[in-house]
Amino acid sequence: MSAAEEVVTEGNEAVEAVPKRAMTMGTGTSVVVLLLLIAVPLFAKNFVIFQLTQLLYLGLAVLALNILTGGSGQFSLGQSAFYGIGAYVTAVMMEQFNIPYFFCLPVAGVLCFGVGFLFGQPALRLSGVYLALATFALATAMPQLLKLNFLEPWTGGVQGLVVTKPDAPFGLKMSQDMWLYYFTLLVVLAIYIFSVNLLRSRSGRAFMAIRDNEIAASAMGVNVALYKTLAFGVSAGITGVAGGLSAIAVQFVAPDSFTITLAIQLFLGMVVGGVGWLPGSIVGAAFIIFVPNIAEGISKGLSGAVFGVILFLVIYLVPHGARQVAILGQQFAGRFRRN
Amino acid sequence: MELFTNQVLAGIATGAIYACMALAVVMIYQAIDHLNFAQGEMAMFSTFISWQLMQWGVPYWGAFVITLVLSFIGGIAIERILFKPLAKAPVLTNVAGFIALFSIINSSAGLIWDFTIKQYPTPFGSSPFLGSQLVSTHQAGMIGVTVLLLLGLYFFFQYTRIGLAMRAAASVPESARLVGINTSWMIALGWGMASAIGAIAGMLIAPVVFLEPNMMGGVLIYGFAAAVLGGLTSPFGAVVGGFLVGIFENLAGTYIPGVGNELKLPIALALIISVLVVKPAGLFGRHIVKRV
Repeated sequence: MSAAEEVVTEGNEAVEAVPKRAMTMGTGTSVVVLLLLIAVPLFAKNFVIFQLTQLLYLGLAVLALNILTGGSGQFSLGQSAFYGIGAYVTAVMMEQFNIPYFFCLPVAGVLCFGVGFLFGQPALRLSGVYLALATFALATAMPQLLKLNFLEPWTGGVQGLVVTKPDAPFGLKMSQDMWLYYFTLLVVLAIYIFSVNLLRSRSGRAFMAIRDNEIAASAMGVNVALYKTLAFGVSAGITGVAGGLSAIAVQFVAPDSFTITLAIQLFLGMVVGGVGWLPGSIVGAAFIIFVPNIAEGISKGLSGAVFGVILFLVIYLVPHGARQVAILGQQFAGRFRRN
Repeated sequence: MELFTNQVLAGIATGAIYACMALAVVMIYQAIDHLNFAQGEMAMFSTFISWQLMQWGVPYWGAFVITLVLSFIGGIAIERILFKPLAKAPVLTNVAGFIALFSIINSSAGLIWDFTIKQYPTPFGSSPFLGSQLVSTHQAGMIGVTVLLLLGLYFFFQYTRIGLAMRAAASVPESARLVGINTSWMIALGWGMASAIGAIAGMLIAPVVFLEPNMMGGVLIYGFAAAVLGGLTSPFGAVVGGFLVGIFENLAGTYIPGVGNELKLPIALALIISVLVVKPAGLFGRHIVKRV
């Protein structure tokens, strides 16, 4: 058990400084989770498979925010905008230009990377709440921009666009939902591995140096401006891919699906999963998908209040999110083994 | 020219509301260094309480005062019960707490008073003010109350012991504690005052936007924008920011073609961000020099 892990159990703020290993899970756990993710759909109904797909691409969007906030320490409330751009790019390419879906996703990712990188330029001078406001402005503007008249021939305006669900390729005998699930899993897995490696690389260490102390980082020769905008770009790009996956899975895009509410949900997902702990992203996504349903089930009229109370309970019990649970579990297992 | 003057006047009137909200935002920001996302909902709840009191036959000013007292106590209670345990949690966890509070208050208000739009009375009347078409006596009253509130806060922070203690607790908590200031209660006091100021804003704006659980959504965004524009460390800046945002929003809606009501908010926010890129601490904010 490393020093930083000890700190977490005391609920101290010093948890921000995590060793790089603490951003991921052990190999054994990862393999078990992966096997579960592969096996579960084989025994599930189509609706459950759809929900699992939803879990994966929302988890991917939370992961993207996690790279930005947990990695480089910048805070964004504008992720819904990049998510929306990604979804629209994918939908427009698939429906208006008949381009196969697996080509659309990289395009959406690259385009969002560009937008995020450019947006990061003016945002460079802002930090903390000021950055939150700037990104928030982007998120509020996005639904209006998607409704603009001159884009209507492509985007379908307020009506939105219907997207065709792809069939399983190579004549595989698989339902569309199941194929889409495995396709999403593949994309998410690839990006997850990329993210883990990114954060362990030179760039990742630069992100974390900026997060922990910007001035010290720049004094050590880290190009703060470059790495901050790079973190913005990477995060936006991954969010764009997540948005594209969502467009294919939901089979529909409309301007009002990409409001600030979505950005807030992604933020909550990150906090519940544990800021800076990548596997927590999926836990966070599960929280934002399933807890509102549970709250609705407990009380229809007061579902918002029930959701708030559950959220409060979660942050009281585990202020550091699912990561804290994981670390406690690890310690417990370690003690068990030693005895 | 007349159109321009009228638009500016109307902008000042709505600006007064944003200024009130921005003041409340700055009050809490000073105390705890966080933006309270639930501020608008707290104000909305206070406004509903005053409405309920009036339904029960309490006269306007009676309801006004009772609501202020209840909001003040309510604000302190929220801090003591919900947020004090989170004082040591990471910043983002606190923000999640605000979102949870938002959700709880919004949903409860909807259940208690339902989502139908309600009329809310004005103490100033709604006839045109000094012959102007766009500014009513109510809007003039709003501006007056905001200015009074600002003066009151100025004297409170500048010339009273407790105001000084609150400022000390906010700027250098450790040293304040050493000279015997109870910083924990100063934070609670900041919450109480923010809640009361928010209640004033809510009661002033309710005749304009009507009363319903989601009434403060837009107003809070403008309030945030105003506070950030003016500088989060300066109550005076928050008020100036409020008026500026109000005026600009009206002028943009009138003069920039294709903006209209839908794009007003994004345009206003875009302007604020452009200002912030030039002056990152806001117009009147203190620039803090950082050390390694």
